[in-house]
Amino acid sequence: MIYDVVVLGGGPAGLAAAVEAKKDGANDVLIVERDRELGGILNQCIHNGFGLHTFNEELTGPEYAERYIKQALELGIPYYLNTMVLDLIDNGEIKTIHVINEENGYMTIETKAVVLTMGCRERTSGAIGIPGYRPAGVFTAGTAQRFINMEGYMPGKEVVILGSGDIGLIMARRMTLEGANVKAVCELMPYSNGLVRNIVQCLDDYDIPLKLSHTITFIHGKDRLEGVTVAQVDDRLKPIPGTDEYIPCDTLLLSVGLIPENEITRNAGIEMDRRTNGPVVGELRQTSVPGVFACGNVVHVHDLVDFVSEESVLAGKGASMYIKGQLDSENTFTTTNGDGIGYVVPQQVAMKNVDETVTFYMRVRQVFKDKVVNAYIGDQLIATKKEKKLLPAEMVNFKIAKDELAKYPSGEIRFVVEDAKK
Amino acid sequence: MYDIAIIGAGIAGSYIARELTRYKLDVVLLDGENDVGNQITMANSAIVHGGYDAPSYKFKGRFNAPGNIMYEKICEDLDVPFKQCGSLVVAHNEYEMATLHELYQNGLKNGVPGMRIIFKEEVHQMEPNLNPDVCGALYSPTAGVVSPFELCVHAAENAVDNGVTLKLNHLVTDIKKLDDSFKITTTAGDIEAKKIINAAGVYADDIYEMVGEPYFELLARKGNYFIFDKEAGSLVNKVIFPCPSKKGKGILVAPTVHGNLLIGPDAEPVDKGDVSTTSERLDYIKENALKNVPSIPMNKIIRSYAGLRNTPVKASFTTTDGDFILEESPVKGFINVAGYESPGLTSIPAVAHYVVEEIVVPMFPDIEENHEYNPKVRKHLRFEEMSDAEKEAIIKEDPKYGKVICRCETITEGEIIDVIHRSAGARTVKAVKKRSRAGMGRCQGGFCSPRVVEILARELNCTLEDIMYDQQNSAYILSGKTKSAAEEVL
Repeated sequence: MIYDVVVLGGGPAGLAAAVEAKKDGANDVLIVERDRELGGILNQCIHNGFGLHTFNEELTGPEYAERYIKQALELGIPYYLNTMVLDLIDNGEIKTIHVINEENGYMTIETKAVVLTMGCRERTSGAIGIPGYRPAGVFTAGTAQRFINMEGYMPGKEVVILGSGDIGLIMARRMTLEGANVKAVCELMPYSNGLVRNIVQCLDDYDIPLKLSHTITFIHGKDRLEGVTVAQVDDRLKPIPGTDEYIPCDTLLLSVGLIPENEITRNAGIEMDRRTNGPVVGELRQTSVPGVFACGNVVHVHDLVDFVSEESVLAGKGASMYIKGQLDSENTFTTTNGDGIGYVVPQQVAMKNVDETVTFYMRVRQVFKDKVVNAYIGDQLIATKKEKKLLPAEMVNFKIAKDELAKYPSGEIRFVVEDAKK
Repeated sequence: MYDIAIIGAGIAGSYIARELTRYKLDVVLLDGENDVGNQITMANSAIVHGGYDAPSYKFKGRFNAPGNIMYEKICEDLDVPFKQCGSLVVAHNEYEMATLHELYQNGLKNGVPGMRIIFKEEVHQMEPNLNPDVCGALYSPTAGVVSPFELCVHAAENAVDNGVTLKLNHLVTDIKKLDDSFKITTTAGDIEAKKIINAAGVYADDIYEMVGEPYFELLARKGNYFIFDKEAGSLVNKVIFPCPSKKGKGILVAPTVHGNLLIGPDAEPVDKGDVSTTSERLDYIKENALKNVPSIPMNKIIRSYAGLRNTPVKASFTTTDGDFILEESPVKGFINVAGYESPGLTSIPAVAHYVVEEIVVPMFPDIEENHEYNPKVRKHLRFEEMSDAEKEAIIKEDPKYGKVICRCETITEGEIIDVIHRSAGARTVKAVKKRSRAGMGRCQGGFCSPRVVEILARELNCTLEDIMYDQQNSAYILSGKTKSAAEEVL
């Protein structure tokens, strides 16, 4: 058979995309998931705080996932678990997906449209090149989270955390509650990379020190971690001599960034954006290969799952419109990141596909106070987004009305951080 | 009583053990570590050298080229990945070109086949990403890249399959010379053997000094390396060496046999056992690698590591300076395979043959050939390298090959189970990584390590807490159950 839409990944992005595609009229939708259950990384996020935007209530990760899993099941969307995608091949109208699992062996799945929702992985100690030894006891925060929340095992007792990403902060609290002694969270930058609420609820409430502008300069211990040397860094992020401090510990958790997992995307020849490490996408998350869509952390790393779901609805709708022949492929606008902005998603907008508004997601490069984000087409200011504070850790969610954009025939929409009054 | 005890199960000890099984000898292979090939073998440049460097009067010059020629066959027998990709020693100016001519002449003496001095246009045709200043190179087509730890593991496996006893976690603490044998004291009991082969890497001088007067000393020289994501793996096609200096072969840039990119090493005298990386040294490597390949994408680094060389230094009454020490020592029946640094990996097939035929065999007048000797290991199925049809077939035969555990390298559960249950099999997460590549990829075990721990515990019939990352008891991964999990058990 030939599927209408095959979704690669059964996490929050994949679930929302599959549900929307099915609701919007795609008949044969399939989810392919590599793990042993649907829900993706939410399954190990047993803390609450999910769904405030979507459901107006605080859910745990598994509860949030459950709402979408239920919808998918009610809609009768089939799924494969423990199934690995080896390759995605674009043959024009029909795409073939090579997958394996234990039950069905090697399969080739044919489909008209594909939604890529492979999520992201954690940056490792190897990638950031911390000098010293390579003992047991150095984990990415997510791996430690899996050991504790899924397997029921503690990775250690005396803990230092490098990086103030959200998973690191959550794990500082989690390990403390499990009786571990979390000695410090070190952050290279002069600001935190996690949400403010996580700093307050996970560190401040437990008196865990957050050492901003600090890094780890040496890992001690040949077999199991014995300690780390921590040093303050200057404004060029280089360790300042004489600020070294040795902290004995048996566990080092790393929360130093997330990287979209785009190996399948690259192999399929889909155009990538170096700023996001994800594919270049349009307003309905269409990629450069017609019929292939992408959403969630595989496109850009989100901080709130609510926005993953929001974005994935677009991709699901895009996929169903594509198979119905309703998707316009002519791009009206491109977007770009001006001063103070790290990236913008979507990178392209085809106006004929837009209903009422286009939401542009972006991240600022540093902490800004009393500034606004302005959107320009040429020299023309078309919209302004006000925030009390702009933080790199918190994605800016910038909605612009279709009517406003429709005043311009085409062009580049440029987003910049500027003074509030101009 | 064993006929021979080999101390050290690195590439030298493991390969010599395998070579000895050609004869009917009772051999024990001892190592203080929790796995074979855990020190120098685990952390080096992984290069099979052409053999033009060392002078022909040294063992290094004598055994390199013949060892290289033997590689294709041994890697087939031992089912080890090996790519004869060739190497270039590049020159930036006329002085360096002169050095290349010297190397070429020396290579001819050593019997290195197929070498050519090539010039600018051809060099850049071969390697488009080289620094445009490179004006010529010595091309050595027989050079290649190998997986040194897989070679060691499979040599040890094959040795065990052919009758060698492997004893890990047997750290030698003392040796006594008896009348016709040696009594070896280890951290896990005493062992008696008629002869000893000392292949203890950087500790070989310490081991020898347990029975004899020192006549050589080993200097640990550390080298730092970087490994890059496979996305950067095709930046160069061949092993790129700078023009050598008195300090050594310099910082190389090479593809690995598994498709990554490798740069390194520097050389710094250190205490034995110091395999820590340092930021100054890592910066030095980056800087020097960029001199020959300016476009190395430093944001694609996935791992840095450091390993040791064991460089023999001249002692008072013998001049072994700068060469392998391959001989029966002044203590009768005690054979040293020491100072075994580069090109030790390349030379090992030829060196093992020499050690066995020229040194060991004459020690046993009644020695008999082992007619049951089988040079081949059981096929190591590597899922990712299979064709679609082969993949389909293997999953039908064993569904565990349909479950991918390591996403980055596409390593299946079937492969992990296999490396656990082979002879000299994996018992730790690092041992699984070494043999199967699970955890060697860009996420560095982030996703697969909890799964690998689970599989090891299941297959070895123990708890998750029993599974070590590497060293027994000390390199634990998990410190205990969580509070809630502990309550469930109660």
